Amino acid sequence: MSFVKGLKCRECGREYPGEPLNVCDFCFGPLEVIYDYVTISEVISHQRISDGPISIWRYQDLLPASADDPVDIMAGYTPLLKARNLGKRLGLNNLYIKNDSVNPSFSFKDRVVSVAATKAVEFGYDTLACASTGNLACSVAAHAARAGIDAVVFIPADLERGKVIGAAVYNPTLVAVEGTYDEVNRLCSEVSDNYHWAFVNINMRPYYAEGSKTLGYEVAEQLGWRVPDHVVVPSASGAMFTKIWKGFNELACLGMLDGVAPLPFGADQNTVHHPAVTTRMHMAQATGCSPIVTAWENHQNQIRPVRPDSIAKSLAIGNPADGIYALRVIRESDGSGYAVPEHQVVDGIKLLAETEGIFTETAGGVTISTLKYLAESGAIGPDELTVAYVTGNGLKTQEAVEEVVDPMLIKPMMGSFEAALERRVAARA
Amino acid sequence: MARQRVRFTFSGDMIREPVIYRLGKNFDVVTNIRRADVRADVGWVVLELDGSDADIQRGLDWVGSTGVRVDPVAGDVIEG
Repeated sequence: MSFVKGLKCRECGREYPGEPLNVCDFCFGPLEVIYDYVTISEVISHQRISDGPISIWRYQDLLPASADDPVDIMAGYTPLLKARNLGKRLGLNNLYIKNDSVNPSFSFKDRVVSVAATKAVEFGYDTLACASTGNLACSVAAHAARAGIDAVVFIPADLERGKVIGAAVYNPTLVAVEGTYDEVNRLCSEVSDNYHWAFVNINMRPYYAEGSKTLGYEVAEQLGWRVPDHVVVPSASGAMFTKIWKGFNELACLGMLDGVAPLPFGADQNTVHHPAVTTRMHMAQATGCSPIVTAWENHQNQIRPVRPDSIAKSLAIGNPADGIYALRVIRESDGSGYAVPEHQVVDGIKLLAETEGIFTETAGGVTISTLKYLAESGAIGPDELTVAYVTGNGLKTQEAVEEVVDPMLIKPMMGSFEAALERRVAARA
Repeated sequence: MARQRVRFTFSGDMIREPVIYRLGKNFDVVTNIRRADVRADVGWVVLELDGSDADIQRGLDWVGSTGVRVDPVAGDVIEG
């Protein structure tokens, strides 16, 4: 069972039943799941969570779908690594990497799609669908395969080969759309109106987005039921950023953080802030698509849409739906935003790989370069507990770092090897 | 007849142009503003359009050609 009370408009507050809806009929504002927190507080406990599965479904009481038979390919419960080498390089003694690149389809999208797919099956849909530039497509196709239902995945026609194969291998109906980003966007919106399919990030969106809260729960649990002083989070729509914050605050309000007294939830479920949650939320975007960070830097309350032109394609949403909510979280948490120059995205990928043995995609490069900036600028103190979220796997965007391939080409002879080694050592000196 | 929910985002000089009026008058589309936030130099309007499929399509193509950004209301339809 789940503890969902229904849906509520984030703008006008109107309530709706827990159905496949995502927009308020009255003001067209986005809908969000609301829960029966009183009952949740009576059942949830550290023991109940640790007795649960080693996946996001261990937090079933705080997810909007029934965990009796979830569509689960074991998303979540990914490693939280103490990053000693990277920390030493950046002057941070208490740095952790949340390595979400090792999810089953190699990105954090498995968390949100597992929830959306479970909800879609609950609603009786026989087709799971999405429009994606990569990670979401892979995850939707994988979860549909697991659920035994059809998948229809729309991708831009010029998507990188690795991502196309990563989705196609699960045998979805793959639709490659020839058109601009805006044309693809509009087409998929019309398709969702005309076909009785569960579009994970359209009519399933309120449920789907809740899956990202588990990134907050897990970090708190893995740190011994406490929250970090700082987190660095890559952002596209801004949804994940707001949900990590929501996750920390839900745990605090339910009395699940060590030494923190519970607090009643407010009428507006999305903005409840427990004073014990002092985590500063830092947003990472790339300069080629940084509408939220730009609004934060310019002290604006509105997001000015941009045309994305970034190598971090998984972050390339020019008109982010949750942008204003993410802005509020930056301000509420006394956090910050940083737009990484495009040429430093690859530097971030390489820095993480060389220091911690983790190969991340371009979004992870944005995160690590932002972390480096925050450390060097003194925004993060040397001993402050810091978590950087790495949300996708580098194997998906290998093109970005192709220049690292520079082998010593030798003849199969010892002399040839030693001469080449000498040249390489001299070149690196 | 068809009905479509869209979000227009205006910036720069477009904020002063009567785009929604012209959409209704020139393309025979009924426009119904449901939510908006318009400032001196930037603004967005969420509205519902009623008309024939062809008229709505032609009208939205024209709005896009003026430099106003047109998005579906459904949120981020394409994700990473």
